[in-house]
Amino acid sequence: MADQQFEDMEAFLRVAKYTLVKYTDMHSEMKEEAMDICITAVEKYPNDGEKCTQMIKDQMDKKFGAPWHVVVGKGFSYEITYEVRNLLYIYVGGRTAVLLWKM
Amino acid sequence: MPPIGTGKKGAKTTKKKPAEQTQPQDYVPPPPPMPGDEAFAMPIREIVKPDNQLRLNETELGEEVAKMLTANNPAAPKNIVRFNMKDKVFKLEPMVEQTVVHYATDGWLLHKSSDEAKRQMDMEKMEQEASARFQADIDRASHEHKEHGDVEPPDDSRQLRNQFNFSERAAQTLNYPLRERETFTEPPPTATVSGTCTQWEIYDEYIKDLERQRLEEGAKSKGTKKQQAAHGGATTKANEHIPTLQSPVLMHSLGTLDRMVNQNMYEEVAMDFKYWDDASDAFRPGEGSLLPLWKFVSEKAKRRQVTSICWNPLYDDMFAVGYGSYEFLKQASGLINIYSLKNPSHPEYTLHTESGVMSVHFHPEYANLLAVGCYDGTVLVYDVRLKKDEPIYQASVRTGKHNDPVWQVYWQVDEAQKTLQFVSISSDGNVNLWTLTKSELIPECLMKLRVVKAGEPTEEDPMATGPAGGCCMDFCKMPGQESIYMVGTEEGAIHRCSKAYSSQYLSTYVSHQLAVYAVHWNHIHPNMFLSSSADWTIKLWDVHDSKAPVMNFDLNDSIGDVAWAPYSATVFAAVTDDGRVHVFDLAQNKLLPLCSQKIVKKAKLTKLVFNPKHPIVLVGDDKGAVTSLKLSPNLRITSKPEKGQKFEDLETAKLDAVVEIARKSDADLAKH
Repeated sequence: MADQQFEDMEAFLRVAKYTLVKYTDMHSEMKEEAMDICITAVEKYPNDGEKCTQMIKDQMDKKFGAPWHVVVGKGFSYEITYEVRNLLYIYVGGRTAVLLWKM
Repeated sequence: MPPIGTGKKGAKTTKKKPAEQTQPQDYVPPPPPMPGDEAFAMPIREIVKPDNQLRLNETELGEEVAKMLTANNPAAPKNIVRFNMKDKVFKLEPMVEQTVVHYATDGWLLHKSSDEAKRQMDMEKMEQEASARFQADIDRASHEHKEHGDVEPPDDSRQLRNQFNFSERAAQTLNYPLRERETFTEPPPTATVSGTCTQWEIYDEYIKDLERQRLEEGAKSKGTKKQQAAHGGATTKANEHIPTLQSPVLMHSLGTLDRMVNQNMYEEVAMDFKYWDDASDAFRPGEGSLLPLWKFVSEKAKRRQVTSICWNPLYDDMFAVGYGSYEFLKQASGLINIYSLKNPSHPEYTLHTESGVMSVHFHPEYANLLAVGCYDGTVLVYDVRLKKDEPIYQASVRTGKHNDPVWQVYWQVDEAQKTLQFVSISSDGNVNLWTLTKSELIPECLMKLRVVKAGEPTEEDPMATGPAGGCCMDFCKMPGQESIYMVGTEEGAIHRCSKAYSSQYLSTYVSHQLAVYAVHWNHIHPNMFLSSSADWTIKLWDVHDSKAPVMNFDLNDSIGDVAWAPYSATVFAAVTDDGRVHVFDLAQNKLLPLCSQKIVKKAKLTKLVFNPKHPIVLVGDDKGAVTSLKLSPNLRITSKPEKGQKFEDLETAKLDAVVEIARKSDADLAKH
């Protein structure tokens, strides 16, 4: 059973290589750019959450003005207040969730 | 030394004068020149000798004294002793400096080859160049200033300054008081979300997304047709999107603006239309005048002739004008312009037809329906509201159109039948009743006009030679007699017909020698009608007297159109080819028009219509122009009913009285 699941998981990860937008209220241009930044960061530091988030935050601050906040992780809970039209919640590569918002 | 003014000095010298007179006699100061002395005396020359000068007599003066010029300074001391430290005694200094400097000055001449001179020369060169450049700047700036007006002044910061060419100016500007002002903006809107993120949630999301993708792909492969349909739908939606410039809201606003501009431009005319009355009418009864108001012309209508005018029954400022050509050889496409008095510059609607328009008529109830008769025999029905060139109904060859020009169309108001109907008359001799069904126009022949021999009116003549061409018609306006109508023919005969009997005429009126161009029932009197003809006459008829007209009016020119005034039973107007409009009021003058006014130069007037409400008439000419004219008060005298009297009765009686007199005079003439 566990084996089966593992098999499934690997198969799943093979399929789920793309980025899935769970929720966003950004306008399309901003969304594209933010997604690019997030994906690059997550792929650059797959095992270093701190550096990854720092990179995303820095770039977003530079491009769209401070202050941005990022959560990158495999499992977390959140309750955040954000400026409307400045929220992005994506799953990258089937494993990692990135929650990015401005406040 | 403190500066002393010259005045003060002068004063001092005058004060000293008495003291000076006590001085030795050999010095006598010249008397001061008296102001206003006539002749200016040369001052007396006096030899002034200083006090300490040696006084010598002649021999002593004559004695020669020899003097030697040596290089020794006579004033130099000869006995300078200095302490000699060596010998420890004072010793006479043998050499004494003999040089005396009386005047010394440092020169500034430099040798050309010296460094300083070179530096100076470089400096001068730079200075010259700088000043030359500055001058050039000024020249250019002033030149540009002449050409372009304001140009910023040349930069003079490079001009070399020195103590002679320099002035410092300073100004203290006003410091504005500082004020504090603050505003608070709304904070950007925020929202709060909460949730969790776990691996299985991410997994589920991906599974859902994959599922969705699969479904989409399935849908795609299932039907490209569907997709095409969806695509088509999208394009039609895109087509439906109206650009701002063509949006109905903007068009409406522009229309309003257009009207406003016109109202301002033609304000005087509008005031005349509303309030002007010829005051001189009060002093000359029996005469009237016409005041030209707006003129309606359009570029498209310039080469065409006005063939018909019709007021809109609902909006009494709106009218349709049909343009075509009366000449067989000069036929072109037709045009209908629908104007409003509120906008004389442009027609509100423009409709184009293939063939020249000969007649137009608005439906009296459905004011948007316009029946049109064309030169090629077609009849059309337009819905003006659609603003399209395409008629909603059209009679083609298949659906039995006329074969000759349709001279008049006339809507029927039939209470019994709910259908819309109109009657048309054409030169081919047919009077058709057209019924508007859902899809097409259905014709019904009301009458086939035949030639009737002049001598035998009303009786059917089997020997009649053939069809007669209809020219005009008019339906009786009396309630209960709407089915009775008059038809004018090319042969000059006028027939009274009924819609009920298509086989024969009720009566025939033969008096005109040439084609009858217009017949009109009186608006108020039930039994009188007018006819105008190419034989230059207008005839007034009694329906019941088919033998001869009641009255005859000869206008000495071909008559284009005649029309009864809607407000009076005795007033009618006619237009002639020489560009005149004639207005008659039989109650005032039975023989001559009250007004005979030339309206247009070099054009023939073709049509005339009274406005049903306002005291204006429209006349159309063969150059495509329509002129509106205001009737002066004498031209619109109507009877004023007192209590218990009816306006119609009074007007009818007025016309009856006129007719009575005319008949009497006719009888008198016959007697003599």
